[in-house]
Amino acid sequence: MYKIVKKKELNSDVKLMVVDAPFVARKAEPGQFVMLRVNETGERIPLTIADYDREKGTITIIFQEVGKTTKLLGALEEGEYILDFAGPLGKASHFGEVKKAAVIGGGLGTAIAYPQAKKLNSLGVSVDTIIGFRNKGLIILEEEMREVSDRLFVTTDDGSYGIGGFVSDVLKNLIEEGNKYDLVVAIGPLVMMKVVSNLTKEYGIKTIVSMNPVMIDGTGMCGGCRVTVGGKTMFACVDGPDFDGHQVDFDEAIRRQAMYKDEEKQSLKEHECKLEGTV
Amino acid sequence: MPNMSLTKVKMPEQNPNERNKNFKEVATGYTEEMAIEEAKRCLECKTKPCMKGCPVNIQIPEFISLIAEGKFEEAYLKITETNSLPAICGRVCPQESQCEMYCVRGKKGEPVAIGRLERFAADWFMVNRKPKVHKIKKNGIKVAVVGSGPAGLTCAGDLAKMGYDVTIFEAFHTPGGVLTYGIPEFRLPKKLVQAEIDNVRNLGVKIMTNMVIGKSITVEELRDEGYEAVFIGSGAGLPSFMGIPGENLNGVYSANEFLTRINLMKAYMYPEVDTPVKVAENVAVVGGGNVAMDAARSAKRLGAEKVYIVYRRSEKEMPARVEEVHHAKEEGIIFKLLTNPTRILGTDDGWVKGMECVEMELGEPDESGRRRPVPKKGSEHVIDVGTVIIAIGQSPNPLIKSTTPGLETHKWGGIITDEETGVTSIPWVFAGGDVVTGAATVILAMGAGKKAAAAIDSYIKQKAEKDD
Repeated sequence: MYKIVKKKELNSDVKLMVVDAPFVARKAEPGQFVMLRVNETGERIPLTIADYDREKGTITIIFQEVGKTTKLLGALEEGEYILDFAGPLGKASHFGEVKKAAVIGGGLGTAIAYPQAKKLNSLGVSVDTIIGFRNKGLIILEEEMREVSDRLFVTTDDGSYGIGGFVSDVLKNLIEEGNKYDLVVAIGPLVMMKVVSNLTKEYGIKTIVSMNPVMIDGTGMCGGCRVTVGGKTMFACVDGPDFDGHQVDFDEAIRRQAMYKDEEKQSLKEHECKLEGTV
Repeated sequence: MPNMSLTKVKMPEQNPNERNKNFKEVATGYTEEMAIEEAKRCLECKTKPCMKGCPVNIQIPEFISLIAEGKFEEAYLKITETNSLPAICGRVCPQESQCEMYCVRGKKGEPVAIGRLERFAADWFMVNRKPKVHKIKKNGIKVAVVGSGPAGLTCAGDLAKMGYDVTIFEAFHTPGGVLTYGIPEFRLPKKLVQAEIDNVRNLGVKIMTNMVIGKSITVEELRDEGYEAVFIGSGAGLPSFMGIPGENLNGVYSANEFLTRINLMKAYMYPEVDTPVKVAENVAVVGGGNVAMDAARSAKRLGAEKVYIVYRRSEKEMPARVEEVHHAKEEGIIFKLLTNPTRILGTDDGWVKGMECVEMELGEPDESGRRRPVPKKGSEHVIDVGTVIIAIGQSPNPLIKSTTPGLETHKWGGIITDEETGVTSIPWVFAGGDVVTGAATVILAMGAGKKAAAAIDSYIKQKAEKDD
């Protein structure tokens, strides 16, 4: 059992939790994830580590309530417990020699991009960060990102805050203006990572993306998280979750993500019916 | 007078056409009368030939003779002197190639049903007696065991009996390894697995779940935490794929994923539990081992109309137990033998719609001694399936190898050990089970765990003498 020591709402759908998990915290690095299970009948889901505190032995997770499991998780309060919480899993992000980087977060992906920006910043890399959301109400981690970035750009699809448009537009402008990035880290919806990777490929800028496919165990055992990278099948849980964005077969990843769409809808619907039934 | 019947007392089973729709156990077990009758078939040979077929040295004639006398509790205690997991072994050991292979009664007629009797004693004890909590004098020396499958549980149990302070580190949320995630409920009920694991806990063994060794903590760090020796029994968890086109289509599972969803996550109870599993109307399972049989029989139970076993050799070469093949056939699994998949066909939006196969014929024997299958020209054909499950084998998970400097492994990933002691290239690290042999049987893993426990004990004692 893993105690929730802090809970905070970042927006109407997105919550932050700090979880007491000393064995995860003492080795966690940016880019890695945990597998968690909320209750006895629950599924195992991967969540990327948003932050960690080795001294306090805690891990921060940020999640959006999109399905039954994340809604169950979001319903837990400070002082309550998550049943299972294993990690840190996956490979830590590896940046190589970098002077100037652009870190891009799309929606909830911002939560995963945050530790990467923080790490790059701590390594003395000049970091331009671009975070994008559908609208103003969904913005998360703006202040945190600003603290670890040289420059921060915020976009909204509907123009209700910051720059109207997409993160890829801002990146393109920055590159066109002559900013010489030797690394782009792009984390967010598959379509966004695909668009950014296509763009940076044109300019020949190394690009790291973080894949978040369906997983059961998170230790290399099920192979459900297969991703085609450079024509080879990789397991996101042990070979990733970070991959070279120019090599990832995003179209396949998008198709694979839809595998349990119907079941996800069914679970959510039944969960919501039950909740309404109890009111 | 011994019972001279040439055949075993028949094991009661659920009717094939009923059981292929539920996940309840196929074989329902002997009654007391049946067990006594079967036990009386044992001739109590002085030379005990059966025992040389048992990797965990169960005193077979002794426990069978106790059953024949109706002393079921004593029979159970006799078995557990050397085997902590009899309800499991009685169900999943391939007795036909172990103890029962050496049974004198097998020379003319069927051997004594040693496995069924072992199972009977274990089940009887579970129903009629309370689990024993043992008072063992502790020696205060810490030993770590990585993985709570058959190898790890056996090693831990034996070390605990010797007085060691044993902690098992398990990556999943539920212990048991392949007994929990791999072997289906209808062959090995999970309640029973957990009960036998509780018996190991009752010996004083601690089990820490959600601990991924190599990630949460490394083998070397375990030593820094004060563990004098480490036993690695992390199994063969890495699924192999065929490398044919279409393997990443939606609807293609590794047997590991398919079975883990069903067994560990209980997807057969979806939507009562949250983990789903998808089974199309027609399903192809590629492979001919026990895992393939388990996957095929599970798919049938989940409602598939037609389930095919697609295997490139003939039935004679199938690595699955005869009993499993027999059960699968009874349940309506269709065997497409001498057939090999060449590609998986998909719809425009990425779902499996069929599997192209080629017929094979057997040529000269290969390195394994089995006749090598070669494709027949022009025999390509498509099987109409919406789900494909790949069950062509598993290799050891590389997590521990890659995070333990100095640990020598074979090219295929297996840890290199001394066969008698299980010691690895690192003197305080031992290993056994599938992580050493590649995917094999529960009982071989248990045998390796047992040998390693004895070797760990002598290693620690020798070291203590040197230090003095």
